[in-house]
Amino acid sequence: MLSRMAECLYWMARNMERAENTARLLDVSLQMSLLHAGSQDDLLVPLDVTGTTGDFLQRQAVPRASDVLHYLALDGETPGSIFNCIRRARENAHVVRVKMSTEMWEQINGTWLEAREWQQSGLDTHTASTFLDWVKQRSHLFRGISYGTMLRNDTFQFSRLGTFIERADNTARILNVKTKQIRDGEPQAENILDYYQWAALLRSVSAFEAFRDTYRDSITPERVAELLILRPDMPRSLRACLDEIDQVLSHIEGQAGRAARRLASEIQARLTYSSIEDIFSQGLEQSLDGLIEDITRLGQVIHHSYLEVV
Amino acid sequence: MHAIKPLDLSHYDEMLSQHGTRSAYRHFAHWLHQAPFDWLQHKQAEADALFRRVGITFAVYGDESGAERLIPFDTIPRIISASEWKTLEAGCIQRVSALNRFLHDIYHQQEILKAGIIPPEQILTNAGYQLAMQGIDLPRQVYAHIAGVDIIRHSDGGFYVLEDNLRTPSGVSYMLENRKMMMRLFPELFARYDITPVEHYPNLLLDTLRAVAPAEAGNPTVVVLTPGQYNSAYFEHAFLASQMGVELVEGQDLFVKHGHVYMRTTTGAQRVDVIYRRLDDDYLDPLVFNADSMLGVPGLMSVYRQGRVSVCNAVGTGVADDKSIYPYVPEMIRFYLGEEPILHNVPTWQLRKPDDLAYVLEHLAELVVKEVHGAGGYGMLVGPAASRAEIENYRARIVADPANFIAQPTLSLSTCPTFVEAGIAPRHIDLRPFVLSGKKVQLVAGGLTRVALRAGSLVVNSSQGGGTKDTWILQEETAC
Repeated sequence: MLSRMAECLYWMARNMERAENTARLLDVSLQMSLLHAGSQDDLLVPLDVTGTTGDFLQRQAVPRASDVLHYLALDGETPGSIFNCIRRARENAHVVRVKMSTEMWEQINGTWLEAREWQQSGLDTHTASTFLDWVKQRSHLFRGISYGTMLRNDTFQFSRLGTFIERADNTARILNVKTKQIRDGEPQAENILDYYQWAALLRSVSAFEAFRDTYRDSITPERVAELLILRPDMPRSLRACLDEIDQVLSHIEGQAGRAARRLASEIQARLTYSSIEDIFSQGLEQSLDGLIEDITRLGQVIHHSYLEVV
Repeated sequence: MHAIKPLDLSHYDEMLSQHGTRSAYRHFAHWLHQAPFDWLQHKQAEADALFRRVGITFAVYGDESGAERLIPFDTIPRIISASEWKTLEAGCIQRVSALNRFLHDIYHQQEILKAGIIPPEQILTNAGYQLAMQGIDLPRQVYAHIAGVDIIRHSDGGFYVLEDNLRTPSGVSYMLENRKMMMRLFPELFARYDITPVEHYPNLLLDTLRAVAPAEAGNPTVVVLTPGQYNSAYFEHAFLASQMGVELVEGQDLFVKHGHVYMRTTTGAQRVDVIYRRLDDDYLDPLVFNADSMLGVPGLMSVYRQGRVSVCNAVGTGVADDKSIYPYVPEMIRFYLGEEPILHNVPTWQLRKPDDLAYVLEHLAELVVKEVHGAGGYGMLVGPAASRAEIENYRARIVADPANFIAQPTLSLSTCPTFVEAGIAPRHIDLRPFVLSGKKVQLVAGGLTRVALRAGSLVVNSSQGGGTKDTWILQEETAC
């Protein structure tokens, strides 16, 4: 496949995944900010995870829920807004539409057309959850259609690669930001607030029910971290993402990706053979910082191996 | 039931004659009369929604708001009888064969210039003439592998060729998509009519391209070269690449090494044998042509001149579809093929000739004047539709550089019933069949019918608000 095409497929999927992740984060943060009104910490979480806190605070001294919502959802000026993620996903798809099924293209183009309508009508606290649900569903549809209609060749693999690199990066970042937030927060009586914080984190990665099913026990940082870092059966855990990436890379044709495959296997092996005790003995924050670096490096090596036009 | 506007006898109507409905349209007209108007409206809206969803769009230069616009699609087909098609087909094959012979000749022995049929300066100083092509032998001596011949029907009922498009003719994707749309909207019509299929065009195109690969390429790799997704015809480039199952590349994907052209892929460099380029000559190779071009491939021309890659259409075909060369095409047919032209040319005044110039300047209000190198309906004067000031402006431009213009009588393009806001009314149309030249010269039975949607307008170009119709070639002489 043309390197340029592979790059577009990869970024198309990353952008769709990023749109979904941002929608999840916003959804949970808005709910949390209702839970204890007056605190701005929860509103800052999605900004911290997407690395946009500085830019946002330059424009708005005081974060209000409606401003954060607009900034990350529909603002055409915010590079990482959901609107811009969808726009870029569609632009990438436009380049590679020859490579994808008709349904796939129609889905992405349709999502973009609807996103423009959302941008025109704007959001308020009443329509926000409808919009965020819509984003999640369009992302589910994107993956469902690619699974259901695409030939299992490199086109499919590069798109999957984008999805799981982005997802791994997102899970690690959310976990990292939340861990810091809870550490810096004031200790609460009986850790009631901590409970809500960890529950919110689980919800933002669709893991609340999974947690209940897996542990049938109270929510503790160790269990949450184990679920989201090490469990292979949790679809948004780092381990699950690395399992997928490892698989995908072994299916891509040719010998160009040896460096990428080696690095992915290394990270995957580390996650497979680590225990949560190891991670906590090293310090959860340090471990997460290390994992975020690993994933970033993996992204760079993938670019270098397949995507860059040399 | 709804009324169809009465016939205007100043031009030929494809459906109605003085004696009633023409035979090719007999069954269709009956069907149309019976179809409830709001149902037809509903079908028209369905077509628009589908085209938008599929993203069959067209970028219009200089139009920010409509950066991606739909070409209006009209649901009423243009129908051509089997015998008329036979004439059109033979005429197109004859014409394109002669044009390819002409191109080979002027880039080799230049017999036609020696015979005094075309003044040499008309060729040698022509902007479309590429000195770099002189003496280069091309596979099968084909230059214009894909040609779009623009044809109109005059009030006398005869077909006339308006122009030959031999560089990068576009529109074939609409021919194919329009057919798909019609079959989806009105399956009952296809069950009743015996309409010649067009869907195999991409196969023929791929055969054509592979047939002109360099001899050394055993199993040739074909690519489509596009200027990129902001080009007005990008949809078509992507569509054709996908239909042929070949890569759609941009200049940045290709590079030249050790005398061959390669593309960059995820598994490394892969050799390319045939480039179906949808990029003008000037942008192909910054080392030879426009040095500022970021769209081309440095070194491509040197590989091409050594015969190690084929470029389709060939470099330098522009000299044959120039409007100043157009008047000589009938002579080319006689000279190279020893045949009489099957399709007429439109009478053309060449303003570089003093007599022609004098006549045209006196009759500007009646004539259509075009720039010699113009395309897409830009920069032309339609005398009868122009204001006095527009005519005077244009006159000044002509006087400043007469050789840059030709003039033709205002043709009465035929009309075809068309779905408009007020109902169904006649609108002017033309026809562009696509002629493929590889192992042999052939075309699928069909073409792109363009329609001027404004009442009375003669400008059918999509860049000027024209629309398109499906074009039906009947297999049997009379509709079943």
